Amino acid sequence: MTGSKPLHSVVCIKQVPDSAQIRVHPVTNTIMRQGVPTIINPFDLFALEEALRLRDRLGGSVTVLCMGPMTAEDSLRKALTFGADRAVLLSDRYFAGSDTLATSYALSMALEQIGRTFGTPDVVFTGKQTIDGDTAQVGPGIARRLGYNQLTYISKIRELDPAAGVLTVERRAEGGTQVLETRLPVLITMLEGTNEMRRGGIDTALAAAKAEVTIWNAAAVGIEDLTRCGLRGSPTIVKKVFAPSARSEKAVMIPVEGTPYESARAVIEAMFARLPDVEAQLLETAAQSAY
Amino acid sequence: MSETEQDASPRFDAIVVGAGPSGNAAAYVMAREGLNVLQIERGEYSGSKNVQGAILYADALEKIIPEFRDEAPLERHVIEQRIWTMDDRSHTGVHYRSDDFNEEKPNRYTILRAQFDKWFNSRVRDAGATVLFETTVTELVRDLSGKVIGVRTDRSGNPIMAPVVVLAEGVNGLVGQRSGLREELKPDTVALAVKEMHFLPREVIEARFNLQGNEGVVIEAMGTITKGMTGTGFLYTNEESISIGIGCIVEDFVDSAETPYGLLEAFKNHPSIKPLLAGSEIKEYAAHLIPEGGYRAIPQLYGDGWLVVGDAGQFVNAVHREGSNLAMTTGRIAAETVVMLTRKREAMSAANLAAFARRLEETFVMKDLRKYKGIPNLLHGGKAQFFGTYPRLISQAMQTWFRVDGVDKKTKENAIARSFREARGWRGMIGDTFRLVRAWR
Ligand SMILES: Cc1cc2nc3c(=O)[nH]c(=O)nc-3n(C[C@H](O)[C@H](O)[C@H](O)COP(=O)(O)OP(=O)(O)OC[C@H]3O[C@@H](n4cnc5c(N)ncnc54)[C@H](O)[C@@H]3O)c2cc1C
Repeated sequence: MTGSKPLHSVVCIKQVPDSAQIRVHPVTNTIMRQGVPTIINPFDLFALEEALRLRDRLGGSVTVLCMGPMTAEDSLRKALTFGADRAVLLSDRYFAGSDTLATSYALSMALEQIGRTFGTPDVVFTGKQTIDGDTAQVGPGIARRLGYNQLTYISKIRELDPAAGVLTVERRAEGGTQVLETRLPVLITMLEGTNEMRRGGIDTALAAAKAEVTIWNAAAVGIEDLTRCGLRGSPTIVKKVFAPSARSEKAVMIPVEGTPYESARAVIEAMFARLPDVEAQLLETAAQSAY
Repeated sequence: MSETEQDASPRFDAIVVGAGPSGNAAAYVMAREGLNVLQIERGEYSGSKNVQGAILYADALEKIIPEFRDEAPLERHVIEQRIWTMDDRSHTGVHYRSDDFNEEKPNRYTILRAQFDKWFNSRVRDAGATVLFETTVTELVRDLSGKVIGVRTDRSGNPIMAPVVVLAEGVNGLVGQRSGLREELKPDTVALAVKEMHFLPREVIEARFNLQGNEGVVIEAMGTITKGMTGTGFLYTNEESISIGIGCIVEDFVDSAETPYGLLEAFKNHPSIKPLLAGSEIKEYAAHLIPEGGYRAIPQLYGDGWLVVGDAGQFVNAVHREGSNLAMTTGRIAAETVVMLTRKREAMSAANLAAFARRLEETFVMKDLRKYKGIPNLLHGGKAQFFGTYPRLISQAMQTWFRVDGVDKKTKENAIARSFREARGWRGMIGDTFRLVRAWR
């Protein structure tokens, strides 16, 4: 990027079922998605906030991109309420059933179209992973197709020097934090818990409520080969979905009353009654330390 | 507020606080008629703050969106109404079922509020209104004369201005209360209801309730299930779930040691209810207030620059369990009043907005509420009889009458009459009947 061109970040967000509210059908054992409220994939919000912080510091704009059904417009509008400047929904029945390969293909085509329409993205963000797929493959897939550098599991953007086109980040790694530097354009997958999503002011909220979401289908982003999309373009096969069987051990209620001392005593006695080995061990240790 | 602040403020023709049935009706009608409307809802979406499972009365919505049946998410149309009085082990019921309810344009539907309200609100947006979610109105903005000229929200920035604010903020509307437009809720005029949704496959529901296709059943129950408190229980069949709930006047909960959840558990385990729910899985639990003070509890409904609609105005007919239809009707009429004044370029003054209250007088809303104005006091004052003694007596009478045990019918008749007389006395019974008839008229 050149020093004069405003910074353009694109954040890929996914609309997912709120996993806290998903039920497995008691009879057929299938996941009941119907009626389950949807949310923006929580990991993606950290990416969005990081992109908004970059814009606060350096100016430019933030585009949010989502591939999904038409109802995903709700999630995009929400992202606009947080402060994104524009929203693009990539929606086509040919995308239904996409695995990570087909998804990263479609999203990379949309990102190229975003480049042609709104300016080439300098930084593309995704969350570390989604809560409904847990693969963490889509971000790297996009980077590879676009030929962007990629930085995964990023906890913080330290610095972005627009003139030099250099980005410095912190990456969580086993045993510590790495500080990495790379050249733009870059794809970043953001770690959870790294920042806190802001609350848009009244003007942002009003603008978001009135904004038009750009809606593109496969043809609009230049996808000609539909066999690379959706179920047909997805080599991944889900062999089986099952509800983990309930754990056999049950929580035990220990009724107590009286003074705190008596209550504590009752709890300890109840525990030792169930776990005699522990009692024996503790007594032994206590006996040893007494001498 | 300063003049510069006012200049920088966004402006609309009308602001609606709340996106329940009353707010959606008001915002939709005003936007459809070309007003620049802002609707503000604190929930994540319209319906997100609402208790699931309800009955939709078609007429009120038809007057706003005539073709709603083609697009609204409806569960089942009601073809059978069961009214039960219950003691601890039995129920005595009046059931009315008619194939006439299988009509082209059914009269009542069961709905899930979260889905229904969301649909209604999408129509509000399609009509051109601006809708803000996750935004709470914190305060009304007034000019020096005290006229309401806008609202402040919990988002940073300038207040938002409009010549009129429609308060559709529901039963415990804090904006109106804090601004002194109406009093705080009183514990003896508001009920607390708890409700659960139980998932059941549709074939099971259809077999259990004797239904076909989208037919539905509603059960309304009173009696010892409320443990002597003023209240009722209900059960609605949805497409693939059952809504069940129970509610009582808040003051009665305070005076008794009962908990709402305890009541619901007992109701679900009543021998008449339990088999209807067998094998179901709980999907959702929620609690909500219902204004039940009736006509006498209706607050001031309009003033300079503001109107109140729906539950915030106490528009609930507790006897017939109607609320959303009163909410939609009051919302529609408030909107029509604002549209009329806007077109005539007249001020949104209290004197002009009084047309809203006058028009309401001509509708079923005020006529019904006035008809039943004595009922809340009657039931509350006589709760021991109406929710304890009589349901028990009726059950006993039925049992005496239907049990064949060698006792002759005349003796049974006398025993039944005696049981009533001993429990309430002639004077008590005549008094109860008299008061009930008078309150009903
Ligand atoms: C358990 C139960 C069962 C019921 N069953 C039925 C039934 O079967 N049929 C029927 O017709 N009626 C029923 N009712 C009554 C019915 O739900 C209400 O009458 C109806 O919802 C009233 O609509 P409303 O728009 O006035 O208020 P609400 O539906 O309560 O909507 C008010 C809205 O305003 C929002 N709000 C409040 N304050 C603010 C603020 N400061 N800023 C922004 N937004 C705000 C709230 O989030 C809410 O979404 C039932 C009620 C309960 C509790």
